[in-house]
Amino acid sequence: MIMKISDLIHVYSPNSPFEVKALDGINIDIDKNEFIGLIGHTGSGKSTLIQHLNGLLKPTKGKIIIDGMDISSKEVKLKDIRKKVGLVFQYPEHQLFEETVYKDISFGPKNLGLSENEIEGRVEEAIEMVGLDYNEVKDRSPFELSGGQRRRVAIAGVLAMKPRILILDEPTAGLDPRGRDEILTQIEKLYQNNDMTIILVSHSMEDIAKLVNRLIVMHKGKVAMEGTPREVFKKVKELEEIGLAVPQITYFMKAFKSKVNDINDEILTVEEAKKEILRYLRSKEND
Amino acid sequence: MKDIMIQLDNVTFEYKNYEDENIAALKDVTLSVRKGEFLAVLGHNGSGKSTLAKLINALLLPTKGKVLVKGMDTLDEDKIWDVRQAAGMVFQNPDNQLVATIVEEDVAFGPENQGINPSEIRKRVDNALETVGMLDYINHAPHLLSGGQKQRVAIAGVLAMMPDCIILDEPTAMLDPSGRKEVMSTITRLNKEENKTIILITHYMDEAVQADRIVVMSEGEVALEGEPREVFSRVEDIIGLGLDVPQVTELAYKLRKEGINVPSNILTVEELVMSL
Amino acid sequence: MIKNITIGQYFPGDTIIHKLDPRIKIMIIFLFIVSLFFINSFYPYIFVLLFVASSILLSKVPVKFIFKGLKPIMFIIIITFLINLFMTRGEILFELGPLDITKEGVFHATFMALRLVFLVMGTSLLTLTTSPIALTDGIERLLNPFRKIGVPAHELAMMMTIALRFIPTLLEETDKIMKAQMARGADFESGNVLNRAKSLVPLLVPLFVSAFRRADDLAMAMEARCYRGGENRTRMKQLKLTVRDFVSLSIMIVLMIGILLFRFW
Repeated sequence: MIMKISDLIHVYSPNSPFEVKALDGINIDIDKNEFIGLIGHTGSGKSTLIQHLNGLLKPTKGKIIIDGMDISSKEVKLKDIRKKVGLVFQYPEHQLFEETVYKDISFGPKNLGLSENEIEGRVEEAIEMVGLDYNEVKDRSPFELSGGQRRRVAIAGVLAMKPRILILDEPTAGLDPRGRDEILTQIEKLYQNNDMTIILVSHSMEDIAKLVNRLIVMHKGKVAMEGTPREVFKKVKELEEIGLAVPQITYFMKAFKSKVNDINDEILTVEEAKKEILRYLRSKEND
Repeated sequence: MKDIMIQLDNVTFEYKNYEDENIAALKDVTLSVRKGEFLAVLGHNGSGKSTLAKLINALLLPTKGKVLVKGMDTLDEDKIWDVRQAAGMVFQNPDNQLVATIVEEDVAFGPENQGINPSEIRKRVDNALETVGMLDYINHAPHLLSGGQKQRVAIAGVLAMMPDCIILDEPTAMLDPSGRKEVMSTITRLNKEENKTIILITHYMDEAVQADRIVVMSEGEVALEGEPREVFSRVEDIIGLGLDVPQVTELAYKLRKEGINVPSNILTVEELVMSL
Repeated sequence: MIKNITIGQYFPGDTIIHKLDPRIKIMIIFLFIVSLFFINSFYPYIFVLLFVASSILLSKVPVKFIFKGLKPIMFIIIITFLINLFMTRGEILFELGPLDITKEGVFHATFMALRLVFLVMGTSLLTLTTSPIALTDGIERLLNPFRKIGVPAHELAMMMTIALRFIPTLLEETDKIMKAQMARGADFESGNVLNRAKSLVPLLVPLFVSAFRRADDLAMAMEARCYRGGENRTRMKQLKLTVRDFVSLSIMIVLMIGILLFRFW
């Protein structure tokens, strides 16, 4: 197990008129090399939760153990947590500040106090990891790149810290379909080619269904549901009650099942749906 | 000609890039929008769709060709404020278009600029906020509203100027799903009930599906045009242009390729269920 | 949370104080501040206290909001108090190592501190009971007569409105960028002054970039909504002076005259 969150509670502005209980008893275990999807509507506590995972927020109560370290313990340095857990915020390109892509990506490794050689290696690796060409972009200003490229540079800035756990908060927000697909493909590659645990926060059920192997659904500061996408997306009613949805294709298969019996409606992608419908139609032909 | 709201005749728009080269964001585009029509303009980033929006509002002026709003030429300097009154504009970032610190004051900003008298402004502000369902927030501070609510306030701010046409430049790109729903239902209501001509710039296909007509832009040109049903039936073209089609449309397309007899112009879950 | 900061924070209400014409309120505060600087003994403070306390009561603004306004300048108040306490010469009350505490010093220090406290309480009450919009509106209209001599009244008011509108947005953004850089190992808290200043670069550059982008967007949005400066612009809310405005201004003037009499007579 790489991460264990137990009875986590977080209260903003305690003992003031603005007091808000953002997290209310969260228990989550995450294994090494899992790809987790974290969903929930705005205000469900997702961002508060992920900010705890690399020490940006302190638990009001509860415990978080990451790779054997208790992050609230006094002996643990924040730097060590941030080495382990990389956090990519929403619109991460807004945090770029250096004159060149190289300098910006080296900001993280520099803060870790690494040697110049080590930094260079890491920057190169990180740029390639997000699918950009090192020699082509390293000396360019991040501000003259396209929106999608800037976002990838920002993600590289976090990857250069070589985190074992990577958390991405809506990495596709505001991108057009092409930019979105590029980023998602890169994330999938990252997951497959590296020894990494990924937590993806997203509003797009279609994207989540395609990528993750476990889903955590948050609602009002609590974990409302948990399980494989297939298990979670079965519960259409419960999801809708907390302001979420399932992929359109899943809706379709459910509607189709209400007309014909002999079909599996636990479908998450268009490709799966195609296969299942072909199977159904062909079996009918044979009757 | 009478029921044409907006007419673009062979419009080209060029700008200079960092190296002082001329870049054409829009190339020889001809397009007309009828009164009361709901037009969606689809296209990936850099396809020229935002430039198109700004040309209609006279925020940009054509390098070549003509843009007519209710018959007024946007190049005519005397008419510029009338053009902007007739074709109001809502932008992408909900934070960056609200001027005032109180909702009602922000909605009043447009009519105040037009020199409308105070009692009339009051009426317009109340009406506009009621239309977008934000009357309860009249005294709220914009920065405490949700993204969807801010965007509705921005729409109210445009409505208070009594435009015939509203152009929305990716109004939902920065919103969460519930915000997107709020804004889309407001837009369709404005079109159906208030009879406003709507030009919705977007890259979300599920929003474009709700329009009367879709124009797909690519490389500064109109690549596809037609009713949503026609446009989305061309699955390969759409995907080739870097856009999405609804998942059921994609499924219908894939099934057809496997030799299954389903119509190519499927847009909704129900349609596909019925046809199977 | 950072959203709850009090700069220009308006506490909505429907009381007499809230309803006063912003021009009158600004004038009252102006006279109030001037009066404070004429006070050189304790008795007038009793009246000032009565005046402030009754205004607060009438405004129905919870007292803790008023005190919240004091917090950020507590440091300045304490420093002022200490400087006056130790630096004033006179009859020595007792010695504190190398420092003497004098009777005059105690007086003076309390005095200065009280002056600052009242000053902040007064202005806090103004901003708590007047919406920023009404406030800028009031300033614009008070300055309007000076337009002829080149005071850009409308432009100033517009700038203030926009600043007020975007302060919370930019604060939130600051918080976000700071966290994003901290996630990359940035350290804003330790090190010497030079290092700390240097560590602000990753925060300030993105903040400026974003502020310029916002300014660009906003300018375009304003233009699209037919903004063309103050000429021929009307206002939805009209300001009208009523009896209560004259009464409150008169009370302030009486207080001021009292203070002046006490000082010079």
